Amino acid sequence: MNINADIASTYLFTNKKLTLVAVMGVLLGMSIYIFMNSMLVGFDRTSSESIFKSTAHIRVYKDDILSKPLHQTEGSTSVIINPKVVPASNTIINPNEVVSLIKKNPDVTIVTPQVSATIFYNVGKTQIAGMAIGVIPSEADMMFNIKSTIVEGDFDKMQGNTNAIAIGSGVAEKLSLKINDNINITSSKGVNRNLKVAAIFKTNNSVIDKSKSYINITTAQQLLQENNTYVTDINVNVRDPEKAAKVAPVLTNLTGYKSEGWKEANESLMAAFRMRKIVITFVSYTILIVAGFGIYNILNMTVSQKINDIAILKAMGFKGHDVIRIFLTQALSIGVMGVVSGMIMAAILVTLLKRVYIGGDIGFFPIDYELSKFIQGAIVGMVITFFAGYLPARKAAQVDPVSIFRK
Amino acid sequence: MNILETKNISKYFHDPVEFQVLKNISFTVGKGEFLSMIGKSGSGKSTLLYILSTMDTEYQGQLMIDGQIVTGQSNDQLAAMRNQKIGFVFQFHYLLPEFSCLKNIMIPALKLGKYSTKEIESKAYDKLKLLGLEDQALKPASKLSGGQQQRVAIARALINDPLMIMCDEPTGNLDSKNTAIVFDIFKELTSQLGQTIIAVTHDDEFAKNSDRIIEMKDGEIV
Repeated sequence: MNINADIASTYLFTNKKLTLVAVMGVLLGMSIYIFMNSMLVGFDRTSSESIFKSTAHIRVYKDDILSKPLHQTEGSTSVIINPKVVPASNTIINPNEVVSLIKKNPDVTIVTPQVSATIFYNVGKTQIAGMAIGVIPSEADMMFNIKSTIVEGDFDKMQGNTNAIAIGSGVAEKLSLKINDNINITSSKGVNRNLKVAAIFKTNNSVIDKSKSYINITTAQQLLQENNTYVTDINVNVRDPEKAAKVAPVLTNLTGYKSEGWKEANESLMAAFRMRKIVITFVSYTILIVAGFGIYNILNMTVSQKINDIAILKAMGFKGHDVIRIFLTQALSIGVMGVVSGMIMAAILVTLLKRVYIGGDIGFFPIDYELSKFIQGAIVGMVITFFAGYLPARKAAQVDPVSIFRK
Repeated sequence: MNILETKNISKYFHDPVEFQVLKNISFTVGKGEFLSMIGKSGSGKSTLLYILSTMDTEYQGQLMIDGQIVTGQSNDQLAAMRNQKIGFVFQFHYLLPEFSCLKNIMIPALKLGKYSTKEIESKAYDKLKLLGLEDQALKPASKLSGGQQQRVAIARALINDPLMIMCDEPTGNLDSKNTAIVFDIFKELTSQLGQTIIAVTHDDEFAKNSDRIIEMKDGEIV
């Protein structure tokens, strides 16, 4: 072993208590850092999952257009004072063509059309206002994972059955409906249909459960007295939800219709996510930096205690960088011990918390072993350790032996 | 043959007031010489010793060691030179308390890296034997008596077979019996191994028995 490393390890092992305290500091900082960041990843994942149960990654629809002047006169600009929304149908023209066009984009995974209809649920004299979403059941399930929210019945029975409906648990409760019961709905166009309850779903949002239902897209078109090319929205899922904002403008240019990514559509929720991220990042870094101060303090103390040793070593021919190496070796050894034990500790914490049942549609606590966070934590931990060790080490290297010997 | 030579070495202290502590010191030291520097405190003898030892580099004039001009060399070059050519003994032993006596003696040689650890260990045992401490080899340095610690420090100064040994009050903390032991060792080193010793001392008895005395007063050699 190199003599510098030899001296460093002797200092570490003869001062076991101090070493242990420093290692414990890094261990705590490290484990909390990894743990909190893994938790953040878990939170973001469940939040996105719950958003994607009712929202597609990208929604393509016809936006309202404001009236514009038809002619541009030369030399001056015509302006319409108080422009109004152009009274046009909000249907997407030739939806099948648009769907196949969108499907050609390599990032896109699922494309499915949707028709939303405002309706009333009637049983006897009772009427509840609600919203029926006309979908192609198999594609809608792939996109929104509807089956995972079904509490009664079978969503597969919706497939190709224009008389079937899947209702929210709140609707079912208010109208005391069970599977295979009949339900009468009235659309905003005054069309009446008798449908059979095929499934009941329950989401984490009671407002949705009390109003929403899924029907076949053709039924929705009939309710609105439209033909089978009437489509209000085209829902698009992409491979990486984070890239939705990049793909959306591409689709806008491709189709000529407004494409909106899920982040734009849920701006306030995204703001809350960002806030959560900032808070957790801030707290986890603070803890890690406090651990760094622990190493800094302890090494500073060691340098003060060992000032005689440093002076004689320098007299005997140890160079400045030898002294730096001695103390930096100590710091980095503490760092490595702390980082490794911190990673083990973080893994234990994650394992324990993974088993905690939270309830609701979250289920178990949303945390997992995030390899990237473990690696990130190790790197950040070692960088902080390096600086926490380098400063006292440099101080040690600058010790003037003559001033010590002459005391 | 001159092992050490100074030309017009002067040094000023600037704090709290400008003060010339050494005034144009020029002298030479030959190989195998046992030199004592005496003088009242404040006469500049310790300051001169630290300049000769190359640890203090803020001076005017020129210092030559072993035929080489060392004035103006970088700190790293000086450190390497000290490691190989100069041994140190101070009033306080400055042993590393966590290490065994043997390890303490080995450190400068391990730093030099000229021999294998095995060879260094056997050399360190030889030095301990020379100083009559071979049975204390594996004890931690902090467990020895003051006289024993000082002898271990001398053994450490000898491990790289330096050309010179610089001593600042080497017997200042020792009783007369240990002083005699240390003195005899120094005498033996100069006469038999040809090593040069430069010692700053307050001990007139010690100085009287050395080969040559340099007395300093107010920054000048008397």
